[in-house]
Amino acid sequence: MPLIKNAAFTENQFVHVADDETLPQGNVIVSLKRWQTERADLITRNAPIGVRLNSDQSAEALAGDVHHFALIEIDFPKFRDGRGYSSARILRQRLAYTGEIRAVGDVLRDQWLFMKRCGVDSFEVRPGTRLEDFRSALTEQTVFYQRSSDHHRSVFERRHTACQALAAE
Amino acid sequence: MYRYDEFDQKAVDERVVQFSGQVARRLSGELTEDEFKPLRLMNGLYLQLHAYMLRVAIPYGTLSSKQLRMLAHIARKYDKDYAHFTTRQNLQYNWPRLADVPAILADLATVEMHAIQTSGNCIRNVTSDHFAGASADEVDDPRIWSEIIRQWSTFHPEFSYLPRKFKIAVTAAPKDRAAIKVHDIGIIIRRDAADVLAFDVYVGGGQGRTPLIGHMIGESIAAEDLLAYLEATMRVYNQYGRRDNIYKARIKILVHQIGADEMRRQVAVEFVEVKAQGALALPQVEIDRIAAYFASPAFETLSDENPTTANPAFNVWLENNVAKHKVPGYAIVTVSLKPIGGIPGDASAAQMDVVAGLAEKCSFDEVRVSHEQNLVLAHVRQRDLLTVWQQLAAAGLGTANYGLITDIIACPGLDYCDLANARSINIAQAISTRFANQDRQREIGELKLKISGCINACGHHHVGHIGILGVDKKGVEFYQITLGGSGDETASVGEILGPAFGEADVPDAIETLIDVYFAKRSPGERFLDTYRRVGIQPFREKLYAAH
Repeated sequence: MPLIKNAAFTENQFVHVADDETLPQGNVIVSLKRWQTERADLITRNAPIGVRLNSDQSAEALAGDVHHFALIEIDFPKFRDGRGYSSARILRQRLAYTGEIRAVGDVLRDQWLFMKRCGVDSFEVRPGTRLEDFRSALTEQTVFYQRSSDHHRSVFERRHTACQALAAE
Repeated sequence: MYRYDEFDQKAVDERVVQFSGQVARRLSGELTEDEFKPLRLMNGLYLQLHAYMLRVAIPYGTLSSKQLRMLAHIARKYDKDYAHFTTRQNLQYNWPRLADVPAILADLATVEMHAIQTSGNCIRNVTSDHFAGASADEVDDPRIWSEIIRQWSTFHPEFSYLPRKFKIAVTAAPKDRAAIKVHDIGIIIRRDAADVLAFDVYVGGGQGRTPLIGHMIGESIAAEDLLAYLEATMRVYNQYGRRDNIYKARIKILVHQIGADEMRRQVAVEFVEVKAQGALALPQVEIDRIAAYFASPAFETLSDENPTTANPAFNVWLENNVAKHKVPGYAIVTVSLKPIGGIPGDASAAQMDVVAGLAEKCSFDEVRVSHEQNLVLAHVRQRDLLTVWQQLAAAGLGTANYGLITDIIACPGLDYCDLANARSINIAQAISTRFANQDRQREIGELKLKISGCINACGHHHVGHIGILGVDKKGVEFYQITLGGSGDETASVGEILGPAFGEADVPDAIETLIDVYFAKRSPGERFLDTYRRVGIQPFREKLYAAH
C-alpha cells in the first residue's frame, strides 16, 4: 500500500512482524500483545520500534510507554469504525506522544482530514491515490469549530482573538 | 435568532463546493454508488423507495421568514411543491433529482442553511424546546446552548464515525417540550440555589427497537464545562459503544449494559482528562456573543387582553392552539400541520410562504418547527390573533387541534421510506377523519397519538399516550397498539396492549380505548392520567372482548 507522510509519498521503513515470527534486524512493528509480553526484550533493541493498535485496543494500554515508540499504527478495519480517532487523540493529547501515528486499513479520502486533525501524520492509502487529491482533501475545509490534536485554534477562539486584535489597533 | 458570521458562512460555502465536486464525480461515473453513499449521507441525501430524499437541518427548529421562504422556493423549483417537517425539527424534500442537489445546497447556503450531519453516524441536528424564548417557565433560552453544541459538533473530527447516529436535545424549562429523556443525550438547564446556570446531563435514552429512558449521568455541570462534559461522554461512547450489531450500537445499549453508575464513573474520569487539557472551556465572551443573538425581541409594553370574539371557530382555535406567553399582551401560536384527513407534517410551498409572511409581520420574523410536526409563531400580539387566524385558516392552516387526538405524529412510512414495514400516513388519515368532530376531540382532551411505520420509531410511538406501530405479517400490514407512553418530564415507554390489528380495524380499536377512558376517568384527568391510575387491564379487556 502506498504511504503518504508530510504530503508526499514515502517508503515504509518498517516491517510488520507476526506474533510467532522471529524478530528480524531493523525497524519492526509488533502487535500490542507482543509488546506487552516481550516488553523487557523489545526495549533493549537498538532499532526504532513501532506498535500496532487494533481498533478494539485502547491507546490507554500504552500509557507510560509511548516514548519507546517511533511509530504507532492505528488500524481502521472499516472506514465506519471510528475508534481510531479517539485513540489518536488520546495518544497525542493525554499521553503526549510525539512520534509518528500512521492510519492503516480502510483509510479513505474523506477521512484524511479528520484523521489529521486527530493527530495522524502518515496515511496508508489505496493504490492509485493521487497526491493532488490528498492535498485538496486536506484543504477543502478550513473552518474548525473545535480544538483537536492539530493545534488549530477553534472558531470559538478565533472569533475573539480577531476582536481583541481589532480592539488593540 | 442566531446569524452566521464569516466563519459559519465559510464552513457552509466550502461544503457546497466540496459536495458539488462529489456529485459531479458520481454523475460522470468516476464514483460508484457504493463509494458515493458515505459522501451523500454526510450531506443529508438518502436514497429512498422511489427517489432521493434530502433532509435539511433546522437547528433547534428555529427559522427566519427568509429561510422559510427559501424552503418554499426550493419545494417549488426542485420538488413537487411541498415538503415534510419531521419529528427532528428538520425538513425533508421527497423528490429532488441528484443533479439538482448541489444547486439546492447552494440556495440553502445563501440563507445560512445546510444539510450537514442530518444523516450518518455522527452528532445530528440538536433539537430543543419549540417555545424557547417565549415561555414563562424557562430559566434561560435553551437555543443559546443548542447553538454552542451545534457549532462544537459540526465536522467534529473525532466523532464523525460513531457506532451509530447521535441525537442531543436541550430544554431549559421544568415542563419538557423537547422529549429530552428519550435522546442519546438530553440536557436540562436549571438554576442552582445561587441562581447560576447548572446543566443536568441525561444519557442513554432513546426509542427505536429498544426504548429506554435516559439516566442522569452529569449533575450540575457548569456552563463553561458543558462541551468538555459532552466530549468526555462522546469519547467513552466512541470507544466502547458496540459496533458489531447495528441494533445494539446506540449509547443507550452501552449504558444499559454497563449500568448508569459505571457510565457515570467512566465519563467522570474522561471529564477530568478533557478538562485538564483546557481547550474546550468556553470563553465567557463567546457565550455572551451567542447569547446576544437570542436576546428577547423588542416587545411592546402591553396588557393581557381577552381576544375572544363572536366567532366560535376562532374561539376554539384560541383555546386549543394559543399558549400563554411570558410577556403580557403576547401569545404563542401553534400552526397545526395536521388538517383533518391530511398528511402530518406536510406543508405546501404556498403554505410556507403564508407562515413566513405572518412571522415577518406579526412574530418578530421568527418561526419554529416543533418535534410534534407543527409550526409555531412564538411572539404574536394578542390583538393580532384574529388576523393571524384568518390568514392561517384561509391557507388551510387553521385546524384547531393542537394537543388533541387528531394532532397526530406520523413518520413517512412505507409511502416513502426504505426502512418501513407498513404505511403510517393512511392510519393517521383514517384516525383523523374518524375523530374529525371538534367537540368530540375537545371532550377527549389532550391525547398524544403517535404512529411509526417500523420499529425504528421515527413516529415516536413508544412515547405516545396511544402509540401505533406498523408491522408486516407475511406481506400484510398490521398495527400494534401501545398505551401510556410519554415524552415529557414524566417520560415513560408505552406498554403493548396485545395482538396487532388490521388496517381497517385500527380506528374502531382507538374508539374502544376512548370509550374505556370516558367510562373510567375522574374529573380533570387526561387520557394518560386515567391510564396511569387504572393501568392497562381495563383497556385490554374491553378491546379484545370487542374484537
